[in-house]
Amino acid sequence: MDETSIIISGFGGQGTLFAGQVLAYASMDNGLEVTWIPSYGPEMRGGTAHCTVIVSEEAIGSPLVRNPDVVLALNLPSVDKYETLVKEGGVLVANSSLFDREITRQSIKSLLIPVNKIAEEIGLARLGNMIMVGAMLALKPILPLEKVKEALGNHIPERHKKTLPMNFEAMDKGYRFAKDHL
Amino acid sequence: MAKELLKGNHAFAEAAVRAGVEAFYGYPITPSTEFLEYMSARLPALGRVFVQAESEVAAINMVYGAACTGKRVMTASSSPGLSLMMEGISYIAGTEVPAVVVNVMRGGPGLGNIAPSQGDYYQMIKGGGHGDYFPIVLAPASVQEAIDYIGLAFDLADKYRAIVHIVVDGNMGQMMEPAELPPMREIPEKVPDWAVSGAKGREPNILTSIYIDPVDEEVTNLRLLKRWKEIEKNEVIFKEYAVEDAEYLVIGFGTAGRVASSAVREAREAGIKAGLLRPITLAPFPSQRLEELADQVKRILVVEMNSGMMLDDVIRIVKGKVPVEFYGRMGGVTPLPDEIYAEIRRVSENTGPGAEDPRDEWIPRLEKFISGEK
Amino acid sequence: MVATAEVIYQRPESFTEVHTHYCPGCTHGVAHRLVAEVIDEMGLREKTIGVAPVGCSVFAYRYFKMDFVEAAHGRAPAMATGIKRVLPDRTVFTYQGDGDLASIGIAEIMHAAGRGENITVIFINNAIYGMTGGQMAPTTLEGMKTTSSPLGRDVKLAGYPIRMAELLSNMDGSAYIVRRSMHNAANVRKSKKAIRLAFEAQERGLGFSLVELLSSCPTNWKLTPQEALDFVGEKMVPVFPLGDYKVHPTLENLKV
Ligand SMILES: Cc1ncc(C[n+]2csc(CCOP(=O)(O)OP(=O)(O)O)c2C)c(N)n1
Ligand code: SF4
Repeated sequence: MDETSIIISGFGGQGTLFAGQVLAYASMDNGLEVTWIPSYGPEMRGGTAHCTVIVSEEAIGSPLVRNPDVVLALNLPSVDKYETLVKEGGVLVANSSLFDREITRQSIKSLLIPVNKIAEEIGLARLGNMIMVGAMLALKPILPLEKVKEALGNHIPERHKKTLPMNFEAMDKGYRFAKDHL
Repeated sequence: MAKELLKGNHAFAEAAVRAGVEAFYGYPITPSTEFLEYMSARLPALGRVFVQAESEVAAINMVYGAACTGKRVMTASSSPGLSLMMEGISYIAGTEVPAVVVNVMRGGPGLGNIAPSQGDYYQMIKGGGHGDYFPIVLAPASVQEAIDYIGLAFDLADKYRAIVHIVVDGNMGQMMEPAELPPMREIPEKVPDWAVSGAKGREPNILTSIYIDPVDEEVTNLRLLKRWKEIEKNEVIFKEYAVEDAEYLVIGFGTAGRVASSAVREAREAGIKAGLLRPITLAPFPSQRLEELADQVKRILVVEMNSGMMLDDVIRIVKGKVPVEFYGRMGGVTPLPDEIYAEIRRVSENTGPGAEDPRDEWIPRLEKFISGEK
Repeated sequence: MVATAEVIYQRPESFTEVHTHYCPGCTHGVAHRLVAEVIDEMGLREKTIGVAPVGCSVFAYRYFKMDFVEAAHGRAPAMATGIKRVLPDRTVFTYQGDGDLASIGIAEIMHAAGRGENITVIFINNAIYGMTGGQMAPTTLEGMKTTSSPLGRDVKLAGYPIRMAELLSNMDGSAYIVRRSMHNAANVRKSKKAIRLAFEAQERGLGFSLVELLSSCPTNWKLTPQEALDFVGEKMVPVFPLGDYKVHPTLENLKV
């Protein structure tokens, strides 16, 4: 595996930073190098929140990239911003629950996934981030799904432990949706 | 001990705890606040001292006082806070007491912004405070390096009774990376013989930075200078990447150096013989190594997140042996690997003599880039 | 014939054998002596750390035979905080002038009091900047001529004298805040008692203690030493009333 750069972007409160951390923990637990770097400060108040995760087998240089291999866009502004920035041949997963338009760029692999709707079906609105992570692992298998679940189980904060089964379900549903729709 | 996923500011703070810091005095400022917040919980739990001061002015003077007791003490702040601290830093240097000061640099001048920057290079490396003194300045580029060099910073401060700065930027304060923390060090019982602690059964110890007779001050200046010469001889640290056969040398520190390493790797893949020199001690600067490399390479590219501050040092050391070029981003903008890669490409194709001031050639390039980017 | 001698006056143990640099008739020297006597009487010398200010008393550390540090202008309370927090069982005091404490260092002193920092502050209020040659201080009286208020302090332009003891007594962290004067023997004796109580407050861990001492600066006031003392009694005391502004209950009935 070469280096993979992932940007997860959405509104504050959509769990983008945590989704990135789950990938970071899973990478570390599986012996990979990883960096996680968030947007911070006023940018985060009310506006967008995004993070960049780089996963690699080798020591990582820059923790930031202009053209990421993968973008998980949880809202429309993120889709607008990153559709053109994703690397040629890269992956864009977009939350179609929050907008109604096609992804026009042809030279990337894109997936529209209604994560809010799927989350509601599971019964917890805040699961969109984990559905996205599941979908991404189907399109860009930087790690096996099971390994990422394991990492989530190991690192989820104590107070959220009881939501673990629902988080797993979210990852599964995202993964399956991606497999079915490509 | 296994690696953990650690957030920069927290990791630096915990590294300081494990290096035996006994007191932290600080004032909140983004993007270093998490350092203070971490200490506010951690130090009292260990029975050590934490005070949120009323200002950075007060914080550094608390550090100054505590440093006079010979304990390991520190503060952490960000650019505008450092400006306020410069008074105390000069006093600490003049009194020759050890202290560690972390600067998580942000965009400036003025209130600027909270985005990552290296614009405090002059202030931190060339003094900043008044008078003749020489701070040691360490610039780590990863969470692990920051952890390692915070321990070293305290050791150097003690060894030379000097002020040691650690400069990072908001990227490093905020990022998470797997890293390993060192074991907890014992706090030494012994008080250094110069420290104030109550003159019990001995002559009083007086710690001041005042030398009214200019000759006494000059003798002190000379002592500091000679100590600095020792530091220059013994304490230079840098990292290199792919320099063995390099024809084009990139120089950058901290985040800029780290980003540049990706660009250098890409250049190598494209067959360009690029190499990277990343100073970790900005002061003392790895001058000797740079001189050697200047004899080897065809051209040098300095990359910074400021208007070319380390650049001046590089030009001074390279002495015109080869053309030196510059690429900087300012104001809180972090250059991305593709920008630096494009610069390396350009430099490798440029056989011109190079400008007297590399900024003259860089400014139009940057203007063009900015207008294209927006 | 057998000669007997009774010691009625001697150098305190807490003093070095160095002549001070203060001007003739300046009350800094007397204030130093009171502090030294109190430290002797309480047996604190070997555990005391003094913090000298920037001002005429910048060399205080030369005269006290104890560990001393020298602060930046106004920052003595911050430096003392730094020391006291890592060495809580030592006695820590600052000695500061009015420019140092009430002007450039007003933030540091207010917050040291606000935190209830367990330190003692000896505050010399001579209504002027002595060291720099007689400029207006925050404590300069209305109408008083200084080198930077040559026509006399015009309160419309330069504001009013700041009463630090009153201000600091409002801080919950303050344990002992009083104002005394140095203008005659009776008041000097009262000043000493107050200094004693301030150190007692610290030794009992009661919090922040400060003694404001109305003092003279004959040199910059351009008065003879006696005239300067009279000026303190007649002109300063009405503006800066003597009194106990805050006394912790533990200290009220303390016999010293
Ligand atoms: C930052 C700074 N500003 C100004 C000075 C110059 N300065 C030295 S002493 C002093 C005033 C001292 O007056 P005061 O505190 O009233 O003490 P006094 O000399 O009257 O005892 C000033 C302004 C300084 N040392 N540092
Ligand atoms: S200038 Fe004033 S305060 Fe200073 S020593 Fe002389 S008389 Fe005292």
